[in-house]
Amino acid sequence: MHELSITQGLLQIVLEEARKHSISKVRLVKLRIGELTAVEPSSLTFCFELLTKDTPADGAGLEIDVVPIKLKCLNCWEFFETRDASFVCPACSSFNTELITGRELYVEQIEGD
Amino acid sequence: MKIPVVRDILEANERIAAENRRIFNENRVFVLNLMSAPGAGKTSLLERTVDTLNGEMQIGIIEGDIQSSIDAARLSKKGVATVQINTDGACHLDGNMIRGAFSHLDLKSLDLLIVENVGNLVCPAEFVMGEDHKVMILSVSEGDDKPLKYPLMFRESSVLLINKIDLLPYVDCSINKIKESSLKINPDLTIFEISCKTQEGLIGWYQWLRDMVRTSS
Ligand SMILES: Nc1nc2c(ncn2[C@@H]2O[C@H](COP(=O)(O)OP(=O)(O)OP(=O)(O)O)[C@@H](O)[C@H]2O)c(=O)[nH]1
Ligand SMILES: [Mg+2]
Ligand SMILES: [Zn+2]
Repeated sequence: MHELSITQGLLQIVLEEARKHSISKVRLVKLRIGELTAVEPSSLTFCFELLTKDTPADGAGLEIDVVPIKLKCLNCWEFFETRDASFVCPACSSFNTELITGRELYVEQIEGD
Repeated sequence: MKIPVVRDILEANERIAAENRRIFNENRVFVLNLMSAPGAGKTSLLERTVDTLNGEMQIGIIEGDIQSSIDAARLSKKGVATVQINTDGACHLDGNMIRGAFSHLDLKSLDLLIVENVGNLVCPAEFVMGEDHKVMILSVSEGDDKPLKYPLMFRESSVLLINKIDLLPYVDCSINKIKESSLKINPDLTIFEISCKTQEGLIGWYQWLRDMVRTSS
C-alpha cells in the first residue's frame, strides 16, 4: 500500500511545520489531492491515524480537498473537465490539451496551538 | 493558529530523484522505469531485449520485487549486471531504493539502465526515481478497459507496449480500443504491439531503444 509511504512524507512535513511555528498540538491538516493521483483518500486517512499515534499530530483531523481533472485546449482555448478519462477537447476534438489541475498532492494548511 | 503550508507531499522523493537524475546524466546512462501489472511480461521483455542488444550496448538491470529474487536470477543468467531490490512489502520503487541499488553498478560503463518496477498498475506511476522515461506494458489478457480504469500510468508513460498479442485469438480484447483510449489520455504515447513469446513487433521497440541511447550519450 503506497499510501503508507505517502503518509510518511506527509507526517514529516506536518511535524516540521508544527515545530517551525511552535505548535505543540496539531488539530487539523488540510490537503489537496488531484483525481489523477494514485492516492485513495480513505487509505490515506487510515494511514494518517496510524502514523500520527504518539506524535504532536495524534488525533488531528485530516481534511482532503479532492481536485478534479481539468484541462485547457491549446487549439480552441476551451476549459473542460475530463469525462471517462478522455483528455481530448470536447469542443473541437483536439488532442493538443494541457493539464491544469488533477495532479495536486500537497499540504495546504495546518491548524493547531 | 492556522499555518498556510503548500508543500508537495512527495517532495522528499522528488529531491532524491532529481539527484539520481543528475548522477545518471553525469555518467551518460539512459534510464528507463519499466512498469506493469503483475505478470504482464516485464522480465520476459528484459530477457528478449538483453539477448538482442547486449552486444551493441552495455545494459544494466535493477530488479524490484516485493520478496523473491527469481527475476534477477533470470537476468543475471544472461550475463548482464543485475541488482536486486526487495521492497519488503512496498508496492513500488522510489528514488531512495534506486539510489541504494545503483551504487552497486558501474554506471560509467553502462549505456542503458532498465529498472523493473514492482508488478502493480497503480502505485509505481506516482513515484519518480530519476528516470529519463517511463515505459509500461499492458498485456492483452488484462482486458482493454485498463486505460480508462487506471489512467495515471498511461498519462505518465512515454511508451506503451501491448504484449502477448499471440493470445489475441483466445481473449476478448480489442487492440484498437486500447490504443484509442490510451491516446485520449496521452496523445504523445509511442505504442508497440508485441509478443515476447513469438518476438513479433519487438523490432520497433529495439529501434526506439537504440535511437534513445544514441541521442542521450
Ligand atoms: N503467451 C505469452 N505469454 C507471455 C508473453 N510474455 C510473457 N509471457 C508469460 O507471462 C508470464 C509472466 O511473464 P513475466 O515476464 O514474468 O512478467 P512480469 O511482468 O515480469 O511479472 P512480475 O515480475 O511477477 O510482475 C510468464 O509465464 C511468461 O512466459 C507473451 O508475449 N505471450
Ligand atoms: Mg518480473
Ligand atoms: Zn478545443
